[in-house]
Amino acid sequence: MAATTPLEPSLAAPSGLLASRPRLPRWAVPSTIGFSFALSAVVLFLADSLTIPAVVALTVVLYAVAISVWSLRVEGTRYAADRTATTVVTAAFGIALIPLISLLWTVLQNGARVINFTFLNTNMVGVYGEMTEGGIYHAIWGTILITLAATAISVPIGILTAIYLVEYGRGALARGVTFFVDVMTGIPSIVAGLFAFSLFTLLFGPAFRAGIMGATALAVLMTPVVIRSVEEMLRLVPNELREASYALGVSKARTIFKVVLRTAIGGIVTGVMLAIARVIGETAPLLLTVGLAADMNWDLFEGRMATLPVFAYRQYQQGGIGVDRAWGAALTLIAIVMLLNIIARLIAKYYAPKASR
Amino acid sequence: MNLLAARWFEFVATGAGIIILVILAAVAAFLIWEATPALTADISELQKISWFNADSFLAFVAPLIFGTLLASLLALLVAVPLAVSIALFISHYAPRKFAGPLGYVIDLLAAIPSVVYGLWGALWLAPVIDPVFRWLTSFLGFIPLFADYQPPAKNIMTASLVLAVMILPIITAVSREVFLQTPRLHEEAALALGATRWELVRMAVFPFGRSGVISAAMLGLGRALGETMAVLMILSPGTLFSFFLLKPGQHQTIAANIASKFPEASGVSVSVLIATGLALFVITLLVNMAARWIVSRRSDFSGAN
Repeated sequence: MAATTPLEPSLAAPSGLLASRPRLPRWAVPSTIGFSFALSAVVLFLADSLTIPAVVALTVVLYAVAISVWSLRVEGTRYAADRTATTVVTAAFGIALIPLISLLWTVLQNGARVINFTFLNTNMVGVYGEMTEGGIYHAIWGTILITLAATAISVPIGILTAIYLVEYGRGALARGVTFFVDVMTGIPSIVAGLFAFSLFTLLFGPAFRAGIMGATALAVLMTPVVIRSVEEMLRLVPNELREASYALGVSKARTIFKVVLRTAIGGIVTGVMLAIARVIGETAPLLLTVGLAADMNWDLFEGRMATLPVFAYRQYQQGGIGVDRAWGAALTLIAIVMLLNIIARLIAKYYAPKASR
Repeated sequence: MNLLAARWFEFVATGAGIIILVILAAVAAFLIWEATPALTADISELQKISWFNADSFLAFVAPLIFGTLLASLLALLVAVPLAVSIALFISHYAPRKFAGPLGYVIDLLAAIPSVVYGLWGALWLAPVIDPVFRWLTSFLGFIPLFADYQPPAKNIMTASLVLAVMILPIITAVSREVFLQTPRLHEEAALALGATRWELVRMAVFPFGRSGVISAAMLGLGRALGETMAVLMILSPGTLFSFFLLKPGQHQTIAANIASKFPEASGVSVSVLIATGLALFVITLLVNMAARWIVSRRSDFSGAN
């Protein structure tokens, strides 16, 4: 076979034995895209509906049809199918970007109109009807308090379970725990809310409402996420480090504390922060358990609390000026989540253990 | 640290593992405990609840289960082909060095809180999709599925589209992982036989990744079944066994029903809602366990490379 035969399927016509059929020239793809774009622009201009989304959509469709037909005429069915598949797969990625971009853009656009210093620093006491005053100070702090409480519950359990699974777990119990951690990841958030409600109703009666109820529900959702990510990090710690420690006569528990956890600490922090980012936007369990309050409530163990997601939902439900506040709360929430994500990625980048495998 | 402390630490770690099992059992136990009054109560007792309009608890929960399944399956129908294509794009079409960042872009969709999806779906997507639904109902309205669209687009189709976006990241992530694990030798063998890239995907990647994609879809299904806020904020509820996908006031899901009724409920109505939650818990548990079972069965022979 000729040495020029490429490993990757390429657009260039292969020489020698394989060149049984002609291939489309290299300029086929860009020229078809350009042609489709021009045609769709003209058609949509004549149809008087010239918008960017319409042009892009029509261009993609025209291109897919044109390149497939052209390829079918010149290259035959196999290469035509290949080109169609490439177009479809690439277009699918483009389609997935539509919700992402439009969502971030709408939230930014609508939220930025509302958010200012006052909005972030007032609560909703004495705000009713179409009053434009009021803000999300209490909701921001409520979200932070409840999430911190959930973190305080789930992180110790999560890290210890991960240590058990990686360092100690053998046999049926470890397999069972692994399986049920996976199952637990799939608990619907609203069921976690119902669980927290049932638990505290049995303990303190049906009228009891407190931030800790929401924190319990969030902890149920957060624990499996923490376990999964910490487990992954602990498995990344090279076995040589453990063996070196054992060789020095260090006990297993001490090795875990001084060697394994210390090596993986960056990854563990990252995993915990990503878990926080995942539960901080949970709405349904908080709606069932913590409810909403107009004023700041610093006591996690008594009374309703406001949180950003529930606040956003309630304001949306109320309509009118409330929808603006909902966008403001949504933007604040997304900003917090993205911030957590970015910090987590940065920690992961700088403290990543050097995987030797 | 002496030997005793070392043993003690092992007990603590094992205990944490057992706590996980206890929590899961507790979730089930407390739900059953709180749901029992509704399941054992006399039907006349239940019918005193203002929104309870059925002859039995089963008749009450059945349309909700139908709505939940319909919304989730529709979402799956949209999300799976899209997610598989995206996963394929990231794993086999985009340049390798972009695979990480592109995957991260899709993962961003998973980071967005559900209440924001609800806002977006109700206030952005519903008006945008309106002309599409109008077109569907006027040209394909003879098919019952698309008949009788009434604006605004607060129907199950819109809710399912938002659900599809929400479950897209998990299906994409799992499928991508599986596709990336395709044995290099299989791929090179296909190329050596003169396969085009699409034939390589069909002959080497898909057969290898099929069970992975199935379990990814089931994980997505599990997410969609339990998703509350997007449905609650978008769908105009009803309790019918209806296949009019574009008609508002036909369907409701279990989760959205609980969230809408729960804050005002008291006494036996709380029990009824918790009982429906129990049904949702059982359904998602079965779906997730099936998905995990497929994954674990697959991992037994995935060491092909």
